[in-house]
Amino acid sequence: MNRDYFEFFARIVLYVISGFFLAFVLRLYQLQILKGEDYRTTSISNRVRMFMKPSPRGIIYDRNGEALVKNKPFFYVEILAGSKGVDTVSLAKLLDIDAKKIAAQLKKEEKNTFKPIVLKEGLTFEELARIEARRSDFPGLRIETTITRQYVYNNVGSHVIGYLGKPTQKQLERVGTALITPEMFIGQWGIESMYDETLRGLVGKEIIEVDALGRHLQVLESVSPEKGMDIHLSMDIKLQKIAEESFKKQKGALVALNPKNGEILALASVPSFDPNDFVMGINSEKWALINQSKDHPLLNRALQSAYPPGSIFKVLVSVAGIEKGIINRNYGVLCNGGLTYGNWRFGCWSAHGNVSFPLGLIASCDVFYYLVGKSLGIDTIEKYSHDFGLGVKTGLSIAGNDEKKGIIPSLAWKKKTLGKQWYLGETFIASIGQGYVSITPIQAAVMTMLVANNGQKYPITVLKQEGNVKPSERLKVRRQTFEWVKNAMYGVVNDPRGTGRSARSSIVAIAGKTGTAQVVKGKISSSRLKYENRDHAWFVAFAPLNDPEIAVAVIVEHGGHGGSTAAPIAKNVIEAYMKSKTQ
Amino acid sequence: MIQINRKYIKHFDWYIFLILLSISLIGVFTIYSATRPIITNVQQNYYTKQLLWICIGMVGLIAVVIYDYAWLRKSAYVFYIFGIILLLLVLLIGKKGMGAQRWIDLKIIVFQPSDLFKIVLIVALARYLSTIRYQLTKGSFAIALVLFGFLPFALIIKQPHLGTALITFSIFVFLALSKGIEKKFLIGLTIFLAIVVPLVSKTMWNGLKEYQKNRIVAFIDPAIDPKGMGYQIEQSKVTAGSGMIFGKGYLHGTQGPLRFLPEKHTDFIFSVFAEEWGFVGCTIMFILYFMLFIRGIDTALKAKDEFGRYVSIGITFMLFMYFIINIGMVLGMMPVVGVPIPFMSYGGTSTITNFLAVGILINIRMRRVVMVY
Repeated sequence: MNRDYFEFFARIVLYVISGFFLAFVLRLYQLQILKGEDYRTTSISNRVRMFMKPSPRGIIYDRNGEALVKNKPFFYVEILAGSKGVDTVSLAKLLDIDAKKIAAQLKKEEKNTFKPIVLKEGLTFEELARIEARRSDFPGLRIETTITRQYVYNNVGSHVIGYLGKPTQKQLERVGTALITPEMFIGQWGIESMYDETLRGLVGKEIIEVDALGRHLQVLESVSPEKGMDIHLSMDIKLQKIAEESFKKQKGALVALNPKNGEILALASVPSFDPNDFVMGINSEKWALINQSKDHPLLNRALQSAYPPGSIFKVLVSVAGIEKGIINRNYGVLCNGGLTYGNWRFGCWSAHGNVSFPLGLIASCDVFYYLVGKSLGIDTIEKYSHDFGLGVKTGLSIAGNDEKKGIIPSLAWKKKTLGKQWYLGETFIASIGQGYVSITPIQAAVMTMLVANNGQKYPITVLKQEGNVKPSERLKVRRQTFEWVKNAMYGVVNDPRGTGRSARSSIVAIAGKTGTAQVVKGKISSSRLKYENRDHAWFVAFAPLNDPEIAVAVIVEHGGHGGSTAAPIAKNVIEAYMKSKTQ
Repeated sequence: MIQINRKYIKHFDWYIFLILLSISLIGVFTIYSATRPIITNVQQNYYTKQLLWICIGMVGLIAVVIYDYAWLRKSAYVFYIFGIILLLLVLLIGKKGMGAQRWIDLKIIVFQPSDLFKIVLIVALARYLSTIRYQLTKGSFAIALVLFGFLPFALIIKQPHLGTALITFSIFVFLALSKGIEKKFLIGLTIFLAIVVPLVSKTMWNGLKEYQKNRIVAFIDPAIDPKGMGYQIEQSKVTAGSGMIFGKGYLHGTQGPLRFLPEKHTDFIFSVFAEEWGFVGCTIMFILYFMLFIRGIDTALKAKDEFGRYVSIGITFMLFMYFIINIGMVLGMMPVVGVPIPFMSYGGTSTITNFLAVGILINIRMRRVVMVY
């Protein structure tokens, strides 16, 4: 009886043992075969860590070798997601951030034991010292370093220099994580973005085997970082500063070009911003303040805003008129303060009487240009405009892909965009730079440069050009035409009847053209209009007359008459530049 | 003497001996791999020590095999009393370490009496059971429960050593069942337990040490993870799982030497083995253990007397309990209860104890037939 019972018992035991073995084998099958691949990956990521070694960015210099930026370390504190027993409350207190946020971040990445979670960026030295002192209390907490910028001149030239920022998901995908990492700063605007590849250098990395305590055991792979290349800008920071200050808190833009090689000497868009605000991890309040400001400080007005050119457009119409033989020694019109055409009357700002060239340009007579424009036809005006860079993108990508093209109307253009036929009256209006016509300040500068250097085209560049620049093509416009227009522009500034007399300089022969672009139609004097309805003030100029070294375009938004607000700014910049050259 | 030796050699259970030897040596190799140096070039001497324990165990095994186990039966109670005294001594003068008081320092070696005690318990209980004619009655069960169940359980849990205490008590329950309990009494007992256990377990829970609670909580919900116990389970699963089908190859495991896996050469040695030898190696290892346990049961069935039967089945059960608790923990199926896997884990007392236990099994098997020479 007892023996039988024991045999029965032993059989049960055998079954139980077999059951356990079966369960264990199944479990092993699950761990090693079904999920084996995942565990293999985890075991590798357990022991292998990649550390980025940031590469110092290339320095940006101005044309005189003045460093515009400095590299500086950027500290941030991170914690490994798998850190055990983190006292989030005291950690939050140490870092002065929300404890719930830390807990939520840790929870979210719970599975990725060794994934670092960035808790706070842009640590100050005080914070750094405080965290370092208590780091041992928080296992898995570490302070990492990358490189960011200090912009030496703050606001000055910020639209040219640009700023750095953390890469977006899109950029990471486009450039590839071998070249940029989420932790590093890359160029997001201006030169920093345009020449990011040059400036960036090559990120170094170190793949290290570590043990469970995070001790570095051996370097499996190491790539040293390579410093980025320096860049020498054509911009003169002192000139840039003078340009920006000359606006005296008014809004607007200025572009100064070197007519001998297409270099940008100064490019201002005011108001501007301080790029230093961006690189220390801009907070959302500050960002909103900048981004939503009515003054649009982030907008690069020199490239991203198109305005009606007003009377500065007459420079172009003059060139076209002379080339086409309409304007000649014998050509003259009578201005009695306006022109009646059918039921319409097109006004002139003054009754000029008998007007010929160059008086038409010097006194900026509208009637003169109505009639020249009528003879040229809108399509001819369009052709010459495009030749002189108006209504054409310069392709300078300091404002990213956001450069405005502007509008130069034509018969085809109107048909295509508005689906309507062209009226002659619209040619009159276009001939004085109003109506549909709109251009960017940089295009105005390009036009001025091409007049100043007799139609010699150069690619517009922000980089300092060494030696002789190989010119691209030359405009097929007679030299005589340029001479005549340039002399007329000299008259604008220096003739007693000229509209731009406030640009007259005692040290250099300045030639220019004023422009007043109507924002609203009407005959009311600008000073009595509401600010946002006041006219934009334009001035384009070059100097010296005989061998131009600088071409400038200035717009003062809602500045009223070009002669009074824009011209002095241009004069300031030209004089400063000429002085710096003679020193 | 020569004649006797030949008889021994003829009936000696080479089968179980070879299995034991294979598992032990694989264990030594795995310990060597698990304790590979990473920063210095000096190999830690765990594997040589383990080899030494195996040699001592082997000597002990042979010593146990030589004399008929009848002497064991005779002195069973004496051993048991001595064992209980040792457990008391541990509590009084024992060496503390890791929040528990489990070791006695004999100057030459530090040893853990609770390990050896289990064999003493099995032997004493087997003797007690073999003296009872039929099944356990209410009275005989009660005596056994107090002397062989509660007494050692209370002494060991006081150390505190939850794992061993539970295993000790389960040995009692298992052997009582193997003897058989009167049907009427068994039914009554079952009903009683069904009512009382839920009540008692709550008090028990409150009586547990913080780290013991943590272990159980960490197992039930690793996400709560009060003191990083879930980390051990997770890393053990990573270690074993990363072995995949064929393993990373001997000396190519990383989890142990780089210390991601705690207790790599003791409780979690099987993970290290699984990492290097994969599913195939583990299955072979399981087959070896399976054969060992089957042999143990077979020995019990063939034993010449009841005492031998209960000792064999008790020893087999003890080894099996260690095995399943360890493997269950290593594969993340059971809570982390720090018990070694028999014959593979590093450790002096447990290795020697297990060798002695197998020695007893061999002894019983050898003398299953009354030999007349």
